[in-house]
Amino acid sequence: VFDVEVVLIVPWAVVFKQLGFFAFAEMAIFLLILFVGLIYVWRKRDLEWY
Amino acid sequence: MLDQIFIHLKELLVTGAGKFISGTWLDLFSMVINMIAVLMFAPLLMMYLTWLERKLVARIQDRWGPNRVGPWGLLQPIADGIKMILKEDITPAYADKVLHVMAPVLIVIPALMMFSVIPFGRGMVAVNLNIGIFFFISISALETMAVVMAGWSSRSKYSLLGGMRSAAQIISYEVPLGLSLIPVIMYVGNLSTRSIAEAQHGFYGLHWFVLHPWGFLGFLLFMITGIAEVNRTPFDTPEGESELVGGYHTEYSGMKFALFQMAEFLSAFAISAMAVTLFLGGWNGPVLPSWLWFMIKSMGIFFVLIWLRGTFPRFRIDQVMAFAWKFLLPLALMNIFVVAIDYYIPGLIGYIGSWIFMLLSFFVIWAINSKGTAHHYTGSVTAPQIPAHPA
Repeated sequence: VFDVEVVLIVPWAVVFKQLGFFAFAEMAIFLLILFVGLIYVWRKRDLEWY
Repeated sequence: MLDQIFIHLKELLVTGAGKFISGTWLDLFSMVINMIAVLMFAPLLMMYLTWLERKLVARIQDRWGPNRVGPWGLLQPIADGIKMILKEDITPAYADKVLHVMAPVLIVIPALMMFSVIPFGRGMVAVNLNIGIFFFISISALETMAVVMAGWSSRSKYSLLGGMRSAAQIISYEVPLGLSLIPVIMYVGNLSTRSIAEAQHGFYGLHWFVLHPWGFLGFLLFMITGIAEVNRTPFDTPEGESELVGGYHTEYSGMKFALFQMAEFLSAFAISAMAVTLFLGGWNGPVLPSWLWFMIKSMGIFFVLIWLRGTFPRFRIDQVMAFAWKFLLPLALMNIFVVAIDYYIPGLIGYIGSWIFMLLSFFVIWAINSKGTAHHYTGSVTAPQIPAHPA
């Protein structure tokens, strides 16, 4: 999941300065959704090795 | 003048060849010169990095290190090379022979390819790719393919475990590694390593990204994930001697083993050189020529890697994985907000504010992680049990 996310973020980062605040707000929402996913996986204990 | 000496040398060669060939052939000749320069520089560098590492680790452990062959043991790498070549080349009877021979070759290729995008000095980059650092991280991940191949083809439990661990580790650490570069890309607006180094020009060549809050955090993240990416101590679980004999290179001997060593040292140097390019100002610096600055800084970072190797114990594999997913990944995501604060709030307020935000997120994530039972969430106060579910 997170590899796909890097694919989306890298092109956004290249044009970050040209896109302005709106693009940043959208990316912030996207990152928040990802954070929720990470917390869900963490709480489900899928991040444990054993 | 001294700054551009290698460039002038190359121009001399190209104009000399220009009398005999022209057009596309001349471009090809120029590229071949770059290639030869990298291909000659890298093995020579690797030989003396091994010497440096052995000497320094010996000092840390209160030993002398190599001191018999040549003055200060300086000819030791050559003696080692001769020994490696003359040694009998053993292939295990039940090994997958093709893959077993291919793996050491395939691991060296990405290690050398990583050197092609490193700017060694002002204008001294072998290929000025416009996707420079993206190329770098993708190539550095390729090395794991060869490690898994070596682990699989050896037909040994230890090798296979080492290969599998390497694969798991690279999948986890690739994510924070990629994300730790995002702030730099956002700030520069370009992926080329050359323009990233140029963007840190100014303030007597000391306008380094590590002085920004996002650069500081990004530098730490990049170094940690980079060390994990090239399988060096404290993250060298794929080859942990005390648990897996030698990990993926248990069954290798002679020149094939030497190639694995070579790839390890080259990629470790490439990671430290890339850390210098991205965060420590690249070749920028006062007074001294640019390539000398670059080498001094890279050697400084490589010294830190050796220092870590000499002083840190190895992590357990579950600790390694938990560290990536629970600590480095949230921090790398927060770092994007740090650079946004630095960019959208101008002046000193934004600068200090982003420092505060960076430190705050660092300590919050640290607190969540050190709260032993946070990830168990069972509501009970008894000691956590190891669950039975396979996962």
